[in-house]
Amino acid sequence: MIRQRRRSVFTALAGALALVLAACGSGGSDSGTQEQLSAQDVQAALEAGGTIKVWAWEPTLKEVVTGFQQKYPKVKVELVNAGTGDKQYTALQNAIAAGSGVPDVAQVEYYALPQFALAKSMTDLKAFEADKFEGTFTPGPWTSVHAGEGIYGLPMDSGPMALFYNKEVFDKHGIQVPATWDEYVAAARKLHAADPKAYITSDTGDAGFTTSMIWQAGGKPYQVDGTNVKIDFADEGSQRFTTMWQQLISEKLVSPVNGWSDQWYQGLADGSIATLVIGAWMPANLQSGVAAGAGKWRVAPMPQWEAGGKATSENGGSGLSIPTAGANKALAYAFVKYATTEEGVKTRVDGGAFPATTAELTSQEFLNAEFPYFGGQKANEVLSQAAQNVVGGWSYLPFQVYANSVFNDTAGKAYVSGTTLSDGLKAWQESSAKYGKDQGFTVN
Amino acid sequence: MAPPQPATVVPDGQESATSGAGTPGTARAKLPRRRRSWVGWRFVGPFLAVFALVFLAPIVYSIYLSFFRNRLVGGNSFVGLDNYQQVLADPQFWSGVGRVSLFLVVQVPVMLFLALLVALAVDSGRLYGRNFFRLAVFLPYAVPAVVATLMWGFMYGTRFGLVGNINEALGITLPDPLSPEWVLASIGNIVTWEFIGYNMLIFYSALQVIPRSLYESAEIDGASQLRVITSIKLPALRGALMIATIFSIIGSFQLFNEPSILQKLVPNAITTDFTPNLYAYSLSFSGQQYNSSATVAIVMGVITMIVAYVVQLRGMRKDG
Amino acid sequence: MTAPTGTRPARTGGTRPRVAPLRPTRRPHRAGRPKRSLLLTVLTGLVVVYSLVPLVWLLINATKTQAGLFSSFGLWFSDDFALWDNIRRTLTYDDGIFARWLSNTLFYVVAGAGGATLLAAVGGYGLAKFNFPGKRAVFAVVIGAVAVPGTALAVPTFLMFSQMGLTDTPWAVIIPSLISPFGLYLMWTFAAEAIPDELLEAARLDGAGEFRIFFRVCLPLLAPGLVTVLLFTSVATWNNYFLPLIMLKDPDWYPLTVGLNAWNAQALTVGGDVVFDLVITGSLLTIVPLIAAFLLLQRYWQSGLAAGGVKG
Repeated sequence: MIRQRRRSVFTALAGALALVLAACGSGGSDSGTQEQLSAQDVQAALEAGGTIKVWAWEPTLKEVVTGFQQKYPKVKVELVNAGTGDKQYTALQNAIAAGSGVPDVAQVEYYALPQFALAKSMTDLKAFEADKFEGTFTPGPWTSVHAGEGIYGLPMDSGPMALFYNKEVFDKHGIQVPATWDEYVAAARKLHAADPKAYITSDTGDAGFTTSMIWQAGGKPYQVDGTNVKIDFADEGSQRFTTMWQQLISEKLVSPVNGWSDQWYQGLADGSIATLVIGAWMPANLQSGVAAGAGKWRVAPMPQWEAGGKATSENGGSGLSIPTAGANKALAYAFVKYATTEEGVKTRVDGGAFPATTAELTSQEFLNAEFPYFGGQKANEVLSQAAQNVVGGWSYLPFQVYANSVFNDTAGKAYVSGTTLSDGLKAWQESSAKYGKDQGFTVN
Repeated sequence: MAPPQPATVVPDGQESATSGAGTPGTARAKLPRRRRSWVGWRFVGPFLAVFALVFLAPIVYSIYLSFFRNRLVGGNSFVGLDNYQQVLADPQFWSGVGRVSLFLVVQVPVMLFLALLVALAVDSGRLYGRNFFRLAVFLPYAVPAVVATLMWGFMYGTRFGLVGNINEALGITLPDPLSPEWVLASIGNIVTWEFIGYNMLIFYSALQVIPRSLYESAEIDGASQLRVITSIKLPALRGALMIATIFSIIGSFQLFNEPSILQKLVPNAITTDFTPNLYAYSLSFSGQQYNSSATVAIVMGVITMIVAYVVQLRGMRKDG
Repeated sequence: MTAPTGTRPARTGGTRPRVAPLRPTRRPHRAGRPKRSLLLTVLTGLVVVYSLVPLVWLLINATKTQAGLFSSFGLWFSDDFALWDNIRRTLTYDDGIFARWLSNTLFYVVAGAGGATLLAAVGGYGLAKFNFPGKRAVFAVVIGAVAVPGTALAVPTFLMFSQMGLTDTPWAVIIPSLISPFGLYLMWTFAAEAIPDELLEAARLDGAGEFRIFFRVCLPLLAPGLVTVLLFTSVATWNNYFLPLIMLKDPDWYPLTVGLNAWNAQALTVGGDVVFDLVITGSLLTIVPLIAAFLLLQRYWQSGLAAGGVKG
């Protein structure tokens, strides 16, 4: 009896260890075989029915799922919010590493996609004849879902940048809407001098914002060719941005409030943060988070480096991808197509999302929509214009998720100490390069 | 005055555990019964089985992982002790260790000292409404760390938070609690707030079991309050103090929840290598460097064990 | 939580009836009755203020609308008193998911904390009352393992649990909650105290089996300790955040802490609904049940601790 008990304890221990070792053995996902999928296959899958799991945080997708299930009653879509942005990528990478619990469809932001593409964690949709959608989407998002020769997702939304400003504050202090960055800096000085509590904008160091600004300035700090990576923040475009922005930081003209915090929303509501240079998806957030700003805010084109220019860049935005380890690729692809190119697009636009498809961006209904929040302004005219003028040739690192996570460790120092933004970016470059080398990339 | 019973923090056998009760007047005699037998395993077994699954197995797995390196380009390979070499030479790792060590030597004594004071005050019977005191100080322990940090984060705001309100109302400028210079202290404040009551209760309970006869003989000897505290109460608290210290050391070295939630508010002040645990988290979650992360975990575990062990040894030596 | 039961009568011997007879020499209360000190009360009161201010802040701000939150003094009420409306909206937001999280949390507490208490009681009893090979190593191993940071072990644990098919199920939360090293320690010392060896000897002479002795004879004696450990493990489970965050993807299984953080994170999401007011009210609703449990059960857990739980 005693002996037996004792053995059972050891059996339990041994069992636990065995599980550990079993877990160690897994992890490698198959990458070689690339299955083909035709339109007929997709149609057949829809008729056969089944269940797919979708990981996404985008709120309007809820309605899209409802519409999809109505159209295809045999298909059940489980929509799961597995976290926003990098939280979800972590979960996704963990699930892929564990080899179980991988969703059929996942929302992935453009900046994070190269990482998944490189690891072949996402399916190349070229094999599903996705290249026929060339022209369906605006150029910015369409190039963003490409990595090398492959297409690793279909664009869901886009974030061409624009200038959102508080007209009431501008009018109060007699400030003109800045058309160039020089005017923007001048406006910042004038505003803060007139009201020491008011700032032109807030910034505590944000990797997404910084890269988008460099993008617009014509900088190309990241050059990626397979596993050969070049990182260089000394190029002309990057320097153009840092020189301009450094003035705002040094003269304490940007509010040191962290984006998306409660204080940030408060600042947007009470006029102490007067503008935002941000992606075209912002209106939905303003309406829900800054209700007090209704009627006060307006949208203008992004300030330019050259007077009369029209250049913009993408800020944020995401697509829907199909993990290689997903179970039902045909149904997954049917859903991705529905959400990004078919009825789902309209559902999402009606829900307040900013589309990535040319047809919607140029439709009269879309362009003529008047926003009560923006005092009746036809804001989409500005935003749609921005979407057509994204500077080409940008690419993100195949390990941008990690690089962005250490932005504040390095470049963030420029906001809280004597370090210059230019030196901060240099430190960021070194930190990113070190990680790249550790991960086996060739970095110079 | 009867000397208080020597205290042992980790009862290393039933002897010390029961003999604590063997203070003067305890009627219970010890019986010479215990033969060594395996029967005890039947009782400890279930706990240890689950423990093995939840704690030991991941540790074993981590040790295994720490000998490999998996890269985005090039895949998985055995690297021996390379990861350890890398972590031990990693300035980011050591800066985190330095920070939690500073936290440990400042926050833990402050917290334990305050907890001790409250426990002594409540125990002295000299407070008006002491039940209220005991309970009020304990309440923060019921607040989840997530909620506590969100709450303090709101309050720390210099613009719209409570700190901002106070600045505005009094026309002063308090230092920004979330600036890089102050953020560690602010985290210390949150942790102190959360755990004063918990530690106070541990001390208070230990004070409650001091036999009354000790106080009576002290009274007969005409000892002062202070003398009662230093000669009876503090020695009796040694065991409780030890367990509280060891759990606090572990807690400090594992500092994670509070900085990781505050990080969303002040990413420039709380870097990804702010504490070793945060560093390990960021390595594995942002960087997919499971192997380095596992190595950091193992190294930190060893460091924590060594420190806890040294503290315990010192504590025992004082017992004479 | 307004001034809780400051009026409760001073503790009498009645609070520890079950263990008191075992220890006749322990003082049930203070020797004599020392003079009350106003100075000491005020000084200690400072610590109380420190402890309560944030809770008062939470309570006050739960009465504000989102607009009021941003525009009024933090430690006083704003003009609009919206507590009831906030509570209603918290409970109904997103199809009443908060209630679901609440019931999940309760379930995790019952299963996790209940199980943890049982395991700790059985294990602590084993350590206290038996001499067995390897005994000295047990606590050393437990303490040693606790020293390894759990967050850093999260990924290995996740991968293991994933292999076992436990992720995204309640088990992933419950199983890790079953272990409470502090509870084990508490039950160990408590059992050593509360169960006289003579009793065991007598029961053994009667021919009772060891488990029968434990459940029939010893468990009732351990009751105050059990309540104490149950309360501590309940708090631990109730407050559990990190592991569920990693293990669970399906919001239907979230505990309150993870759910609240998800609400807070909505402010960071494109197109997300910003609900700081609900985060604050939800936080308040999250801690109210725990505080109520503390108040209701205080005579038990305080006597449990006092009766030798953590002794010198």
